[in-house]
Amino acid sequence: MTGAPCQVTRDEALIFERSRPGRTAYSLPPLDVPTVPLETWIESRFLRADQLAGLPEVSEVDVIRHFTRLSRWNYAVDLGMYPLGSCTMKYNPKVNERVARLEGFAQHHPLTPEELSQGSLEVLKMLEELLCEITGMAAGCLQPAAGAHGELTGLLLIRACLEARGDARQKVLIPDSAHGTNPASAAICGYRVQTIPSTERGLIDLEALRRAADSEVAALMLTNPNTLGLFEEAIEEIVRIVHEAGGLVYMDGANMNALVGIARPGDMGVDVIHLNIHKTFSTPHGGGGPGAGPVLVTSELEPFLPVPRIVRRPDGTLALDYDRPRSIGRVRAFYGNFGVLVRGLSYILTMGPEGLREVAETAVLNANYLAHQLKDTYEIAYPGPVMHEVVFSDKRQRAYGVRNVDIAKRLIDYGFHPPTMSFPLIVPGALMVEPTETEGREELDLFIAAMKAIDRECRENPELVRTAPHQTRLGRLDEVSAARRPVLRWRPEESNAPSGSLSEKRVASPEP
Amino acid sequence: MRYIPNSPQERAEMLRAIGCATIEELFRSIPEKFRLREPLRLPAARSEAELLAFFRELAARNAAATEYAVFLGAGAYHHFIPSVVEALISRAEFFTVYTPYQPEIAQGTLQALFEYQTLICQLTGMEVANASLYDGSTALAEAVLMAERLTHRREILMARSVHPEYREVVRTYTRTLGLNVRLMEYDPETGGLQVRAVTPSAETAAVIVQSPNFFGVIEDLEAVAARAHEVGALFIVVITEPISLGLLRPPGELGADIVVGEGQSFGIPLSFGGPSLGIFATRERFVRQMPGRIVGRAFDAQGRRGFVMTLATREQYIRREKATSNICTSQELCAIMAAIYLSTMGPRGLRDVAEQNAQKAAYLAREIARQSGFRLRFSGSHFNEFVVHSERPVALVLEKLRERKILGGLPLERYYPELRDCFLVCVTEAIPRSAIETYLRVLDEL
Amino acid sequence: MATYPEDCLYTREHEWIRVEDDVGVIGITDYAQEALGDIVYVELPSVGDHFSQGEPFGNVESVKAVSELYMPVSGEVVEINEDLAESPQLVNEDPYGDGWMVKITLSDPTELETLMSASEYEEYVKEERQKEK
Repeated sequence: MTGAPCQVTRDEALIFERSRPGRTAYSLPPLDVPTVPLETWIESRFLRADQLAGLPEVSEVDVIRHFTRLSRWNYAVDLGMYPLGSCTMKYNPKVNERVARLEGFAQHHPLTPEELSQGSLEVLKMLEELLCEITGMAAGCLQPAAGAHGELTGLLLIRACLEARGDARQKVLIPDSAHGTNPASAAICGYRVQTIPSTERGLIDLEALRRAADSEVAALMLTNPNTLGLFEEAIEEIVRIVHEAGGLVYMDGANMNALVGIARPGDMGVDVIHLNIHKTFSTPHGGGGPGAGPVLVTSELEPFLPVPRIVRRPDGTLALDYDRPRSIGRVRAFYGNFGVLVRGLSYILTMGPEGLREVAETAVLNANYLAHQLKDTYEIAYPGPVMHEVVFSDKRQRAYGVRNVDIAKRLIDYGFHPPTMSFPLIVPGALMVEPTETEGREELDLFIAAMKAIDRECRENPELVRTAPHQTRLGRLDEVSAARRPVLRWRPEESNAPSGSLSEKRVASPEP
Repeated sequence: MRYIPNSPQERAEMLRAIGCATIEELFRSIPEKFRLREPLRLPAARSEAELLAFFRELAARNAAATEYAVFLGAGAYHHFIPSVVEALISRAEFFTVYTPYQPEIAQGTLQALFEYQTLICQLTGMEVANASLYDGSTALAEAVLMAERLTHRREILMARSVHPEYREVVRTYTRTLGLNVRLMEYDPETGGLQVRAVTPSAETAAVIVQSPNFFGVIEDLEAVAARAHEVGALFIVVITEPISLGLLRPPGELGADIVVGEGQSFGIPLSFGGPSLGIFATRERFVRQMPGRIVGRAFDAQGRRGFVMTLATREQYIRREKATSNICTSQELCAIMAAIYLSTMGPRGLRDVAEQNAQKAAYLAREIARQSGFRLRFSGSHFNEFVVHSERPVALVLEKLRERKILGGLPLERYYPELRDCFLVCVTEAIPRSAIETYLRVLDEL
Repeated sequence: MATYPEDCLYTREHEWIRVEDDVGVIGITDYAQEALGDIVYVELPSVGDHFSQGEPFGNVESVKAVSELYMPVSGEVVEINEDLAESPQLVNEDPYGDGWMVKITLSDPTELETLMSASEYEEYVKEERQKEK
């Protein structure tokens, strides 16, 4: 591989460093009302005296060039495969963007009277109903802004339900393969976390579950398929054990991309589930949000859902119902990330029932294809029949002094976003690969070829892999120093530092 | 299906390659009884044209700010958004990426977020800011949890003039943890807090004040900070209208320990209340208890400057149940929108837009107060929102305005029963004088 | 190769304690610092805090991991290593010297008998390493 990715400039300064006194990028109409001295409206002691010093003074061209150049340093789904396991980085359809930007939605104030909000309320009501059908649940709430927010909401619902039964409980069971948000959400809800081990096959240990499922268990938080990409085959038994102990089953729907149109959590006895609209339902991840994490529940839990609920009046119009005495209350101001939710609805209506089923089928086929083609090269810690993702490990490559992070960085040189490595914790050196259904065969074949080439490099030239990436603008960054002496904001002193230091060097690199 | 590249032929070849006869075989680990035999009962797939027509029809049923003059605020504000914001964030390289776990191929997102953090520090006068939380209300709830961790105290003292929906969210988050939320009354004359109403105890973890508060009244933060600090409580300042920072003294100068807010005003469309932007800033000494992602400066082996997510040991994916928060996906694109908006406005633009908001609100307030049957409910300083007391039924007044395509304000009775004769009015720079004059004419005709 | 000074006693959680004139100096072992990698932050208790044996008294953090610190024996904290705030790398560079963490007065010196000697700890570490493989 030769050459670096094409960059207009390889050293774009911070926007503050681009600031030149007197430049402007904004335009406002002239103030068209009679004015009064500001102090007659706002006491002068409340007014700021610093003239907002430090904010950048730049032209519109500067703003465009600056952020456009920055953008080119990002790898994106629209550029290529982004197999970040459990994040479901699928293609983000463009028509959804047009829908969300319709002025009737984008310029709609959340406190507009209900009669004048029927379009947006219809979007929310319809999405809630379709998600109920997709999951097999009875009712839902669209307020949570992301998956973890959905987890929090779901656990609060469980707590409210158990308290209503007169049986408040203390602990939540979480498999050791779970994502970190699960235990963190449980802790915010005041629950103690008990970890349930996995079996050699990577599935929940039923014996351990039986032992743990005592009268203190409020819930089991189960990701299914789990983060190893395996479906919990004993789901019926798992649900029975938890229910018989008097607890409820919470399903983390992060991996619903394997199940849409194939099977429904509600049919399996799940009591609460959250979905990630930004995963399964294709809305853009935007560099870490915004997402949306709706929560769907059984009819037993319905009375506890956050306020307001959207209800249909006898005349067919929609209304917001705040009179819900058993509700857990609000989890967010207004009604959730509406702009994300409307994109999700647009996606479901585009796909239709057959399309959604094809999504799951193809996502699972793609993951199995990768697993099959790479299983002789990379260790698969739990080689069950995988669903939408497969977890490889660096076990074989470690013999050459190469770790998962090195393999990941080398993949960047081959033009791919690396897989997930931070979990599952039960797989040392994990490489969690989720191709999604929106990758075609040739993209998968290229990924397979890259992974095989890296394995060869591990044996023949491990240093090349250990020092990757080699094709990016920056090499590996020193995260240790960054954490020891955190610099979390720009200050003028930084740019006035002696120009000898390499870091502040502003030489333009030649065009590649 | 156009979002799935493989043709049926390729699909068949791939199945063969892995030794499967049918797709069904791939799902063999799902018990037979749970596998759907029939398609989901969903509407049939729509073409792009049909889809757009469907949503256009729905969107047209809303009274949008393009068709109506919107004098509604209360946590969501109609401001003009410069065209560069959408042009830039629509770039796939910002839009179709995820959390910057791999800094070498995410410098665009990381640098933009570092710039966002800096801008928030500059505006609020705080030392550190995170890269966003969900929205203002959840940012406040996170601040409360952080105050509890820092002080190990169990009581929260919150002004009743904090946005009612924010208060509800705080209640939802704190109830199960057994924190006690005590409310402070607003002064019925000024609409602000009287210092003597601020009565923290040795058990108080945090004192919470919104400024401008829900009634649009600017609070005396310095005085409240002193009361909070006397007993060792933290002082949390909430801002739902951050354009106000273009004119008002930053809370960091006035003793705030944590500043949270809603950043929607910074270039993010109303979108029926979301997505928006949770702002969170604090003192450097509290940074290890701060929730959310944080971007920091780093260097590569050649000494070139770059940016990474740092202090990650606070976060759920490392510390699990002991994390400072459960947050993972937040609102990073919205933070970048805010960074673009603030860069575009610059110091003069932000001051200008803030001043236009204040002057337009002052004008409408002045003129309403001259109408018989109407007066300003509170005497304190205001920014771009104020409460009007009406001798005519509030519903009737707003109905008359609506007939002239004006959403004239928010009735307050639902939130504050004692203000049943009042409504909250917001005037931004996006409201032309003609709409203000129409507003006044309608009141005059009543 | 990791080293284990003879004048220290060791816990199964990889802390060491050296008792000098009724004051116990506590830190983490060479094995522990090596396993953690580059340490970026050490969270320590306040002077005057009391802990019982086995109770967590702080954290050490690397970039992507956090480990809790456990008290080898019961006691009251009389001094903490202030230098670690600025220079957490001391724990990596000199775990038994400049990288010490807290000093305590022992409330029950008999608890020392429950700890491992240098040679016992060395054996224990060998077993741990074996398990890793």
